[in-house]
Amino acid sequence: MAIRVQAEPFDPGAEVNTMHAANVGVGAVVSFVGYVRDFNDGLDVSGMFLEHYPGMTEKALGKIAAEAEERWPLLKLEVLHRIGALEPGEPIVFVAAASAHRQAAFDACAFVMDYLKTRAPFWKKENTADGPRWVEGRDSDHAAADRWKQ
Amino acid sequence: MKITVKFFARYREALGVDSVALEGEFTTVDDVRALLAQREDAEVLREQNLMCARNEELCQLDEPLADGDEVAFFPTVTGG
Repeated sequence: MAIRVQAEPFDPGAEVNTMHAANVGVGAVVSFVGYVRDFNDGLDVSGMFLEHYPGMTEKALGKIAAEAEERWPLLKLEVLHRIGALEPGEPIVFVAAASAHRQAAFDACAFVMDYLKTRAPFWKKENTADGPRWVEGRDSDHAAADRWKQ
Repeated sequence: MKITVKFFARYREALGVDSVALEGEFTTVDDVRALLAQREDAEVLREQNLMCARNEELCQLDEPLADGDEVAFFPTVTGG
């Protein structure tokens, strides 16, 4: 697995292309890209800052990825998350899973995102016309994560 | 025992500090939270949906503590 937490921008297309490189056993790659929107909860958003918990962030993502690898037969798994200042339209998170057949890749990708949303120590602070505000967690994110409980 | 406590995001801003070093006897993470929550301006530490971590892993408030542990308190995470 590959875990990256970085301030630098990334190219989602280039990341997807690395998922099957040099491995012709890969029959399926499923990827998710999350982007910064310019509108949230009724206000225009001109940008945001991603705070995190250095040290714990990497561990938390590693643990989520390891659990995905235990649950599904994956050939490759990549998790990439931006930190620091971001502008609307920029990719903020990338998750991709490669497997021999599609279902494992679909499920693993969704699982990693659902767990990342509720267990990885990131916090978004949006710049809005009314000034900066911390984004609040959503109950729907917890409901999404709960569906993976065994 | 010595415990380092870290705060993040909205909690860090509300408390005006990103970490504190404590010395005393604490059985669980909640003992640390309760001590810090006594401060009148520490209402964030009394929030229902407070999250916590011990040594960089998410935990529950009844998590036992050992000397030298790092504890963190923070609001609901909002990455992704």
